[in-house]
Amino acid sequence: MSKGFQKIISTAVPLNIENVDTDQIIPARFLKATSRDGFGKNLFRDWRYENDDETKPKKDFILNNPAYKGRILIAAKNFGCGSSREHAAWAIKDAGFDVVVSSFFADIFKNNSLNNFLLPVTVSESFLQKIFTALEKDPQTKIEVNLREQTIRLSGSPETLSPGEGLGEAFGISAYKKTCLLNGYDDIDYLLSSKEDIIKYEAENTL
Amino acid sequence: MFLHHAVLKKGKMGKTLFEKIWDKHIVKTIDGGPSVLYIDKHFIHEVTSPQAFTGLNKRGIKVFRPGRVIATADHNVPTLNQHLPIKEELSRLQVEALKKNCAEQGIELYGLGHPFQGIVHVIGPELGITQPGMTIVCGDSHTSTHGAFGNIAFGIGTSEVEMVLATQCILQTKPKLMRINIEGQLDKAVVSKDIVLYILSQITSSGATGYAVEFAGSAIRSLSMEARMTICNMSIEMGARCGMIAPDETTFNYLKGRKFAPSGEKWERKLTYWKTLYSDKDAVFDKEITINAEDIEPMITYGTNPGMGVGITGHIPALNEIEENEKLSFEKSLAYMGLQPGTNIKGKKVDYVFIGSCTNSRIEDLRMVASFVRGKHKAADVEVWIVPGSKQVEKQAIEEGIDKIFAEAGFTLRQPGCSACLGMNEDKIPAGKYCISTSNRNFEGRQGPNARTFLASPLSAAAAAITGMVTDVREMLTSNN
Ligand code: SF4
Repeated sequence: MSKGFQKIISTAVPLNIENVDTDQIIPARFLKATSRDGFGKNLFRDWRYENDDETKPKKDFILNNPAYKGRILIAAKNFGCGSSREHAAWAIKDAGFDVVVSSFFADIFKNNSLNNFLLPVTVSESFLQKIFTALEKDPQTKIEVNLREQTIRLSGSPETLSPGEGLGEAFGISAYKKTCLLNGYDDIDYLLSSKEDIIKYEAENTL
Repeated sequence: MFLHHAVLKKGKMGKTLFEKIWDKHIVKTIDGGPSVLYIDKHFIHEVTSPQAFTGLNKRGIKVFRPGRVIATADHNVPTLNQHLPIKEELSRLQVEALKKNCAEQGIELYGLGHPFQGIVHVIGPELGITQPGMTIVCGDSHTSTHGAFGNIAFGIGTSEVEMVLATQCILQTKPKLMRINIEGQLDKAVVSKDIVLYILSQITSSGATGYAVEFAGSAIRSLSMEARMTICNMSIEMGARCGMIAPDETTFNYLKGRKFAPSGEKWERKLTYWKTLYSDKDAVFDKEITINAEDIEPMITYGTNPGMGVGITGHIPALNEIEENEKLSFEKSLAYMGLQPGTNIKGKKVDYVFIGSCTNSRIEDLRMVASFVRGKHKAADVEVWIVPGSKQVEKQAIEEGIDKIFAEAGFTLRQPGCSACLGMNEDKIPAGKYCISTSNRNFEGRQGPNARTFLASPLSAAAAAITGMVTDVREMLTSNN
């Protein structure tokens, strides 16, 4: 998501596994770097390759399935639990995703994502299942995420959806974070602009 | 387990422990957004800090309050021959980067070779840096450990490390509040690790996501500080933002006289304040759970998240005991572990025993293990690694002769570090092998690619070391233990 992000329409990659922890997203042995770049190639490393061997991709893992591509990762319940490593958000972003959708995100992962302009979208469990079903029927199904309007919609071919099924949902995000994402600001910018208040606080609170 | 629902009362309500500390640290609140929270202590380590320093340098700013930052090297360090240069190049570079960054910014570093070096969540409390009423952060999820002293302590990401280095503040939204009461008397051989694994088995690994959790009740009050730390340590395993326990005489006695604890008149002043840190009688929690201490047995995990645990005499759930939409994840998990649904874990052979990590590597843990194994010897085909949490723990263990008991039992006492808690340094469990571990995470590959982890207490781990299999430690207790 670049600065001034408002809307993304893209195909998506469905990862229908619950409780995905950040050790799976990026295993600890890849955390030795001192820069933020290049983590994408090791995203889900141990689920992607047989015996840590890049020439042996595991065929049944979704990231190795050429039918599924796109800038949106569809994840299952309790995504990003475990370690606080921000490298998990860096790896997902670096692998080309701008949005992660789930019915439930772990706390720290959610913050880390927002701090890296990777938008976490929380949807209802039933809508999440609709997305999984639609993608299973048609990998070309497109999903539209509109940050300004705070909506997510399945914009794939209507025939992939059963009659009467809802096509979209609204999602929540704090007004502050929304402004940051829309304008490309980050928290550090805000905090640095609050230095005077911080110094005043320190003077008044001998802790 | 009982679940009480919050009763909304009219009029002025009392405050929870969390709210008392939170309110005192708010610099300001953004309309419709998070608050600027002032941070008293910031711990950093080699893995999650380098990119934060790079960020500061790019912005051309210095660390705002270097005196509030404490650094150590723990995740990447070897636990043998620490006097030699680190063999693995990338690990060495990360440790060197920390040294350079700390020197440039005037941050106190307890690096390799320093008498205070150790796992970040072990050294803070033992040095008396961690105190009641504080706000504490670290780029590490187990920062929740420090909450055992009655403070707000939570893990943060690297961008947030950068924020705190730059401004000593962080933007935070107030979490919901939960209280978990453990009431009654614990059975023999049931220790604090079993309490927390039991809570996890009841509320699952996402049961406290979005909440700050206060642990209370008579069973918690009866625990030592180190045992309390084990529980708060694993509150992140429930998804909690932080875990905390109100300070009491046990807390004050532990802190008194520690290296960086206040002394003299300052101690008295602080103590008066600390004694106000408890949840008022009429304080309201969003959720409250009560657990009977008598229901807890020695616990063991069988799956690949810490919520997948059972009592030692229990069995792995059968497929028909699992909810339909969770079957896929459950089966994937058991396939990884090489275990069958509906079977017992007791009697399962183990290859490695790891006693260490910020959950269970303190002197009391080592003493507990030593008093249990004295005069016993490990099973022939089991490898046993004991990794003290810090240089100070190591020193004390040697002074008390605990190292000799371990040597006689065939256990290896290594040097301080995170070690086999995460597959990042040299200490890894080989693929396919089973390790009974006192650490906090049994995720796939956590202890090394394809390694299989059973989480348990130090006592249960020690029992497995002797028998070579998952054992009910209660069956091995003599009147001496
Ligand atoms: S011991 Fe394990 S959980 Fe604790 S800080 Fe080290 S790696 Fe993290």
